[in-house]
Amino acid sequence: MIALSDYLIFGAVLFMISMAGIFLNRKNVIVLLMAIELLLLAVNTNLVAFSHYLNDVTGQIFVFFILTVAAAEAAIGLAIIVLVFRNRKSINVDDLGSLKG
Amino acid sequence: MNFVIPSFAPAIPEMVLLGLISFILVADTFWSKRFQFATYYATQITLVVVGYLILSSFTTTQVITFDGSFVRDSFADILKLFTIVVSLGIFLFSREYLLQHKFYTGEFFILGLFGVLGMFVMISANNMITMYIGLEIMSLAMYAMIALRKDFSQGLEAAMKYFVLGALATGMLLYGFSMIYGATGSITFPEMAQIIASGNVDRVVLSFGVVFVVIGLAFKLGAVPFHMWMPDVYQGAPSSVTLYLGTAPKIAAFAMLYRLLEEALPGLVEDWQSLIIMISILSMVVGSLVAIVQDNLKRMLAYSGIGHVGFILLGVIAANPEGYSAAMFYVIVYAITGVAGFGMIVALSKTGNEFDKISDFIGLNARNPWLAFMMLIVLFSMAGIPPFIGFWAKIIVIEEVIKAGFTWIAVIAVIMAVISAFYYLKVVKAMYFDKPENESRIETTSSGANWAVSFFALSLLILGLVPSSLIDLCYESLKAI
Repeated sequence: MIALSDYLIFGAVLFMISMAGIFLNRKNVIVLLMAIELLLLAVNTNLVAFSHYLNDVTGQIFVFFILTVAAAEAAIGLAIIVLVFRNRKSINVDDLGSLKG
Repeated sequence: MNFVIPSFAPAIPEMVLLGLISFILVADTFWSKRFQFATYYATQITLVVVGYLILSSFTTTQVITFDGSFVRDSFADILKLFTIVVSLGIFLFSREYLLQHKFYTGEFFILGLFGVLGMFVMISANNMITMYIGLEIMSLAMYAMIALRKDFSQGLEAAMKYFVLGALATGMLLYGFSMIYGATGSITFPEMAQIIASGNVDRVVLSFGVVFVVIGLAFKLGAVPFHMWMPDVYQGAPSSVTLYLGTAPKIAAFAMLYRLLEEALPGLVEDWQSLIIMISILSMVVGSLVAIVQDNLKRMLAYSGIGHVGFILLGVIAANPEGYSAAMFYVIVYAITGVAGFGMIVALSKTGNEFDKISDFIGLNARNPWLAFMMLIVLFSMAGIPPFIGFWAKIIVIEEVIKAGFTWIAVIAVIMAVISAFYYLKVVKAMYFDKPENESRIETTSSGANWAVSFFALSLLILGLVPSSLIDLCYESLKAI
């Protein structure tokens, strides 16, 4: 039997990996996009686990909404990456530094 | 299992808005070939129609529909009406700017309207799913708007940064939501508040969730230490999009803050209050000190915006209806001031000159005394100098925070307000006392923009002379809940 806390730890690990992916990644913007997806999947894992242990279907419905919106978000993110590549011929994170800060 | 058809009446303005946007989206493909401005006029008419619908069905009682996911009360109605006023101004300024910089497309207005729809949904959200959907409708429209100028590499960089950090913030917020759902077993705000009040919850999981929710909110509001995106995005985005980003979404973000902290988590005041105190003080300090060294006006106004968010959060620290109504008043005033301030940059920006440097404003008084005077009103109002409305906004939030027993925070707030006056006055000095290199007269891009700048700036003066009506309006709307 897998306990609720196991799922929560799994979710937290996914969350940590995606955070590391966003803040440590200095190479490719597409990796950032993957890290963001992973972040949302961590949330989904949490919601499904809670939903199962609370015997309440609402959490699973929430997951559907998150999945749908995440797809739209990825589409916009990729569109921006395409535009950046057309303008700069590069999608390295380090090259995105012309604005100070 | 029986299905009950919910009452659609409370959500009529949103539905009409969605229907009209969808119509404009399709019609724009035909219109854009024949009449250049059809989409623009359709956009403004849509906003007026929706504003009329809200005004004609203005509610003083709370109506909840769609199985507890959508709420309509006078708080929501007032914030929506101000969102519409602000958006009307934004689109009016933007049209000429888009023409001057040769990226006039109907998409700007359509995305802008979708953003407004997202703000409406956020303002009226009564459960976590509605809140999330509203937030994403707004954010996705804004990511696309920043990247709208396809050959403008700086804008694309800003879009990329905003996208990554915005998505990260949404992720944090959702992680917090999942924790709160796990602890309470409910996603509807009033129900969550009841379950928390009953005491039958796991406090550890709940506090964990609250921390993530506050971090997500701070990101969206642009409060320190989660403010990194604001200066870059404000500076990098085309000025008309900065005008949009810096004003209307703040109203929606405040509504989100109110719904989450006051309607869903009032039982955890001691958990989030200390976080908000820390964020508020840091925002005021960073906003006031870092803005001094900026030479780009958009960047300076971004830091000034961070400082203003700190002041808005002062009202939230008090955590009572008076405090929230003070914060609500502040956010409305900030949105109107922002439209006038960023609108000035947009209205003066011509082909080849963005007009967003402080040096561009040198000697504005000699080149166009009326516009210089309007800019003076805006800057004085932001600095909190009486009799302009910004003064009243600052004084009532500080009053509420003292009443709540945090005199030391009020002292910091006053000191920071004085420091921030320095950089506003720096611009005033440049406008009035420095000699311009080029003394030729400067005009706004269109007479409409001139009228709009005058309207928004003078409303700061007039509201400042009779502030009590707007303050009372905010207070009554929150007391009714």
